[in-house]
Amino acid sequence: MTDTPAPSRRMNMIEAINSAMDVAMTRDADVVVFGEDVGFFGGVFRATAGLQQKFGKTRSFDTPITECGIIGVAVGMAAYGLRPIPEIQFADYIYPALDQLVSEAARIRYRSAGQWHMPITVRSPFGGGIFGGQTHSQSPESIFTHVSGLKTVIPSTPYDAKGLLLAAIEDNDPVLFFEPKRIYNGPFDGHYDRPVQPWAKHPASEVPEGHYTIPLGKAALVREGQDLTVITYGTMVHVGLAAVEELGVDADVIDLRTLVPLDIDTIEASVKKTGRCVIIHEATRTSGFGAELAAQIQERCFYHLEAPIERVTGFDTPYPHSLEWAYFPGPIRIGMAIEKVMKD
Amino acid sequence: MNDSRGRNRPPLSLHIPEPPARPGEEADFSHIQVTPAGVAPRPDSFAAAHDLREMAFGLVRVLDDAGQAVGPWDPRLSPDALRTMLRDMALTRAFDDRMFRAQRQGKTSFYMKCTGEEAVAVAQTHALDREDMCFPSYRQQGILITRGHPLVGMINQIYSNKGDALKGRQLPIMYSSPEYGFFTVSGNLTTQLPQAVGWAMASASKGDSRIAAAWCGEGSTAEGDFHAAMTFATVYRAPVIINVVNNQWAISSFAGFAGGEATTFAARAIGYGIAGLRVDGNDALAVYAATAWAAERARTNNGPTLIEHFTYRAEGHSTSDDPSAYRSADEGVKWPLGDPIARLKAHLITIGEWDEDRHVAMDLELAESVKVAQKDAEKNGILGHGLHQPFETMFEDVFEKMPQHLKEQQAQMRAERMRKWPDGGQGQK
Repeated sequence: MTDTPAPSRRMNMIEAINSAMDVAMTRDADVVVFGEDVGFFGGVFRATAGLQQKFGKTRSFDTPITECGIIGVAVGMAAYGLRPIPEIQFADYIYPALDQLVSEAARIRYRSAGQWHMPITVRSPFGGGIFGGQTHSQSPESIFTHVSGLKTVIPSTPYDAKGLLLAAIEDNDPVLFFEPKRIYNGPFDGHYDRPVQPWAKHPASEVPEGHYTIPLGKAALVREGQDLTVITYGTMVHVGLAAVEELGVDADVIDLRTLVPLDIDTIEASVKKTGRCVIIHEATRTSGFGAELAAQIQERCFYHLEAPIERVTGFDTPYPHSLEWAYFPGPIRIGMAIEKVMKD
Repeated sequence: MNDSRGRNRPPLSLHIPEPPARPGEEADFSHIQVTPAGVAPRPDSFAAAHDLREMAFGLVRVLDDAGQAVGPWDPRLSPDALRTMLRDMALTRAFDDRMFRAQRQGKTSFYMKCTGEEAVAVAQTHALDREDMCFPSYRQQGILITRGHPLVGMINQIYSNKGDALKGRQLPIMYSSPEYGFFTVSGNLTTQLPQAVGWAMASASKGDSRIAAAWCGEGSTAEGDFHAAMTFATVYRAPVIINVVNNQWAISSFAGFAGGEATTFAARAIGYGIAGLRVDGNDALAVYAATAWAAERARTNNGPTLIEHFTYRAEGHSTSDDPSAYRSADEGVKWPLGDPIARLKAHLITIGEWDEDRHVAMDLELAESVKVAQKDAEKNGILGHGLHQPFETMFEDVFEKMPQHLKEQQAQMRAERMRKWPDGGQGQK
């Protein structure tokens, strides 16, 4: 981080994200936010609440319901010189925008040899665990990590959310900023049948009011150990941490925070130390980001590995409404993978 | 920034639409021109699209303020047909009320009412043939109810319980029923419109006699899929009815954010060379008549029709929404086109075919029938209380035949359930 000015206060993840945009819009008149229900109402999750009232209707506004249009105009605004923060209301609705993201925003710097660049931050709530069914639960991050020219950022705490979002907004390349909506209001240990914990009890809910950034491409070692490396991001950081504690495993837990660019150095150092690795994500398994991680780890750490790398993921089915907790990669699935890796 | 501000030209300004009233302000519908019932002309259903231009800017209305059915669009339905339509609308509302409450009682995760919009789905279904194919959005439960789909089955779906025909996979109200000509509802907006056009093209190419109908909201006409659907529909003269339910609000965004400040949604048809009708969506007889007109046009190979149903979303977008945060509180009572059930009821009373006592008795009977269906459905369980589909079913229907990797994941899931509940846990969450 560049600086950590006082004062700070307790924030949940929504408030931290809101604060990041507030700070960015205050500092830079070219920063604009827009999306479905984003303006007057302040977003269906309230992430943009108060921004229209504070910065005016031309800097925080509602849009027509067309994700392709939302990203397309973001490209045009960026071409003019603005710094747009479009919101896609749910990541499950991002697909109509794929052409504008994949063929346009991601490649404009390259195809114009730097004549234009795309300082766009696409915010989108993603992930399940809220009984959202097939169309409000998906984790499509690996669709975007597969595209050259896009950065992908996923925070796991209010403090990280604000610092990473500010860094994304200030970045001169397009960033997908996926917000794990299950942990908007509190961390989640994966035990769906236990009471929900608020962020207020978590140290990372103490968030500076002012400006600070967390650099993109830098992972966080959120727990240090000797025997195992757990690599994860978003909601699953908390689920993974809880599982490690419950099993009593002396593990490194790495919160990637940014998938592209990837902090492979932190991963490599940890896996070379522990020799064992479990990768956890909520997204479907096949061609998920875990596959990329496993490939890179074996390239760099093969002769240090004591056991095959295990992936703990969502199943390769659409997100089922009523069987959500049998689908979700919770403590049991993680525990079985850790046992397997530790046994060899 | 390298720009041209300060040159000797007037500065540009960005227009951001704003609804006439927000919370705390008095509702204002003065911008809505309510043409009197009976005055809209009724062109032939085979008229060329360019001769129908004015229909996209008028408002087809049949029921007048005195409860009479007037003008050339009066479909002249029998009293029995009118009473059936009234009953289907009242049942839809009774169903919505009870299911909304069920969600509030924690029996399911989500619900969406169609209060105030019942005439759209119900009267249209009366005007369509039973065999015609519907591609609804998420607020056309009236189609299933009008076609007689058992309420228990709908509630099983809402509860995602072990009786749910969709195996607990879909969000509540995202029904699907080939038997009732009701295509599987998507949560993604307007995807069903080109699909309906494709179905209609297939029906035409096979020399079938069935037509298709699709619904979307005014807000989602902004999606690219809407425009793709319109283009295909006109190019192939597809036998399809594209319904835009303009209920004024897309969650918190008023119709101005879909282009409603500049023109009507029916007028979207003009640029595509499609017939466009704009209809009082709270007038069941006007909705019926317009749909019958469009169906006749489609069945006689005269191509598609876009119908804008001008109506009002009397409740929130869903159980996750609180409209008091973004729209004037008295909009509902000030809405100039009234309530569709009250208007059809008044008409039946005016013509001497109905009375208050019968209406009260009907409402009681319908509420009771929904209650009975709900109790039956609850024997199959409510969401999150164990009586769900077997866990194994999660892996079915991803493909016709389950590939190796899903079989392995299914085995993994079984092992997890056995670890959590050594008895297999089928009765568990």
